[in-house]
Amino acid sequence: MKLEQRSLKALNAFAPQMESVSKTGLFGLAIVIFLIILGVYALVIQIVKGHIVTGMRDNVVWGLYIANFIFFIGISYAGALISGILHLLRVKWRAPVIRIAESITVISTLIGPTYILLCMGRLDRLHYLVIFGRIQSPITWDILAITTYLVGSIILLYLAMIRDFAVLKDYPFKNNWRNKIYKFLAAGFIDTTKQNRFLNRSLDIMSALIIPLAILVHSVLAWIFGMTLRPGWHSTIFAPYFVVAAVYSGTGVLIIALWIFRKFYHLESYITKIHFNYLGIILLVLGALYGYFTFSEYLTSWYGSETWDMELLSKLFSANEYWWWFFFAAFIGVIVPIVIIIVPKFRNINSITFASLIAVLALWVKRYLIIIPTLETPLLPLQDMRAEYIHYTPTIIEWLLTFAGIAMFCLLFFLFSKFVPLIPIVREDESKNYAQLRKTVIERNIKRKIMEAKKKEAKKIENL
Amino acid sequence: MTKNEKNKESSRRKFLKSGLAIGAGTVIGGGLLSSCSATSAQDITNEKNVEKIKLLTTDGKIVEVEKSKPCPITPCEPAVGEDARKGIPGRKFVMVIDLSKCANAGKCTSGCQKGHNLQPDQEWMHVYLMKDHLYRDPYWFPKNCYHCDNPPCVKVCPVGATYKRSDGCVLVDVERCIGCKFCISACPYSARIFNWRVSDYKVKTEEEYSPETSVPSQQGTVSKCDFCPDRSREGKLPYCASSCPMGAIYFGDINEDVISNGDETLRFKQTIEDKAGYRYLEELGTKPSVYYLPPVDRMFPFKRGLKNLNDEQKLKYKNVLDKS
Repeated sequence: MKLEQRSLKALNAFAPQMESVSKTGLFGLAIVIFLIILGVYALVIQIVKGHIVTGMRDNVVWGLYIANFIFFIGISYAGALISGILHLLRVKWRAPVIRIAESITVISTLIGPTYILLCMGRLDRLHYLVIFGRIQSPITWDILAITTYLVGSIILLYLAMIRDFAVLKDYPFKNNWRNKIYKFLAAGFIDTTKQNRFLNRSLDIMSALIIPLAILVHSVLAWIFGMTLRPGWHSTIFAPYFVVAAVYSGTGVLIIALWIFRKFYHLESYITKIHFNYLGIILLVLGALYGYFTFSEYLTSWYGSETWDMELLSKLFSANEYWWWFFFAAFIGVIVPIVIIIVPKFRNINSITFASLIAVLALWVKRYLIIIPTLETPLLPLQDMRAEYIHYTPTIIEWLLTFAGIAMFCLLFFLFSKFVPLIPIVREDESKNYAQLRKTVIERNIKRKIMEAKKKEAKKIENL
Repeated sequence: MTKNEKNKESSRRKFLKSGLAIGAGTVIGGGLLSSCSATSAQDITNEKNVEKIKLLTTDGKIVEVEKSKPCPITPCEPAVGEDARKGIPGRKFVMVIDLSKCANAGKCTSGCQKGHNLQPDQEWMHVYLMKDHLYRDPYWFPKNCYHCDNPPCVKVCPVGATYKRSDGCVLVDVERCIGCKFCISACPYSARIFNWRVSDYKVKTEEEYSPETSVPSQQGTVSKCDFCPDRSREGKLPYCASSCPMGAIYFGDINEDVISNGDETLRFKQTIEDKAGYRYLEELGTKPSVYYLPPVDRMFPFKRGLKNLNDEQKLKYKNVLDKS
């Protein structure tokens, strides 16, 4: 494959990085693996002793696990919507952002559903979902949507990497196995016009497909709650609300990931302030939308003031229950990022990342507040002697598994970055453009014909 | 009268007799739901020269059966496997709870726990203390599973482990339940509980599992009130109804239009009509099978229900007691 000067430079910069681990990298890796080991230990305890070791009880049957599940599926939006839309609109600055975004999608879609498994009482009967599956249940919709989404986003990520694999397979790596794997993954791509045409078309189709798929996944997730007759859940705006909140947190995680990789992989010349600014503006718009949905949701239920809605709201707004969490999720999480990004003076790489961090944390808290206070507000009064049945408190087991999930996310991301360059070496738009090529070929043909015709006429005139 | 006519006459009499016998079986309180009691009708018609007898089935059809063979009626044994997914033919169970009679004796809860091998902290029948508004005295409100005709729990189950039967029962098959707890979230009446502990379910019993008995239960699955269809097959009232000392819980069949608390047998529709029976949270559209008679002309003041509670147990009802 012929490479342009820029691509060659990128290859020589990234390829050695993929084979070595820095000291900070090793230190981070140690922490992450330690957290995962703790998580495995917690999981073993939960399996041996049953769900009694969690804080979940008969009223609050879903706790931290389901909040994490929504959170991880939410951040998967980074790749799906952001990269899908940027690709389709041919946004010029997308190249360094798009692969990180797509890998967030795949990794978080792998981690998210494991939290559902942690919440299941009988893991040994997982296959019953297929054997006895019922299409009426929103859980079945969820399984169908998430698996389709996962496969779709893996295909999208893979298609976008084929050109890089074709380059990497010839790079002299220390370990030979890399070249073999890259050769296999390159799938015989040698940059012919036909291959480029197919690849570009497939990329366009997958980018277009992934957008409705992503919207569907989060809508279905919202419907799991929206379909029940519960205060705070039984709401018609739940699906779009979830979608907006998900893209908001997804963009936030994308900005944080860009910041981390920029710093530790020295990508300053690739990921620049422009990227942070543009993504920051996207974050600003989404933050405003999320704030609008939140306001609309709670205003409606407060104004209508039905018994259970009021009971739920009084929990969210009373200082000794959820007020500070709610304040953080619904006020700080909206206002702070908006103010930071809207004022040009405050806008720089670090402050935009800080705004994203606030948004991501706020959205995690919001997911917690969607699940737990509603489950603590059943339609019949809570009359129980057991305090843990009235008020949910996550146990150490649940926290360990939560951190293990986040650690797993970091680990997978780290491994991915050691296998594939996070910034595409060959840009899509640098490949031979088949349409352009065809145009020049046709133009040449026409010119030649005109020339031939002229020659013929000249001959005729000569003969005369 | 010719011989033929005589035979006809006698068979008609026998049919009437058998019909009456079934009728009698249904009117007498305890035996009211006994599908098995129809066997007594067979004993009456046990004459030599009659080869076939006619019987009135529970779903209102007349069938001819050979006298020597058992009646084609519901078996007394609790159904297992696929049979447990079909209802008892012709039945539509209903429960009526008379709130004016409840004094929070708690016997319904303990009777149910004993009958279904539940742990002391697992309640399928839960007695609430309710206070509707400022000017109404609190009243005791026993609540089990409402066996809705439009059950939100059945809709959301991803594997069909919980299902609605033709006789009205909403049952749980714990051998299929995957423990996702979606049904618990979806139930607006908090009727379902989860088996959180592993240790409670390690002992294996000899009994074969049936969704009708809900015994033995399994760890990591959901359980709830099953309306005791196994007891109905034996002609007995559910555990809660038979253990209530006040006779506040009536159980019966809408098709036969009878309900009974063991002491007295009432017409279902008439009772609902006369005493303004209602269903809790009717506006949710779940169509429960449990009806309540409002707490008017109470037999006891609500405070009597606090007598047999210790201070810790009273705390349970703090949110209502503080208001009154």
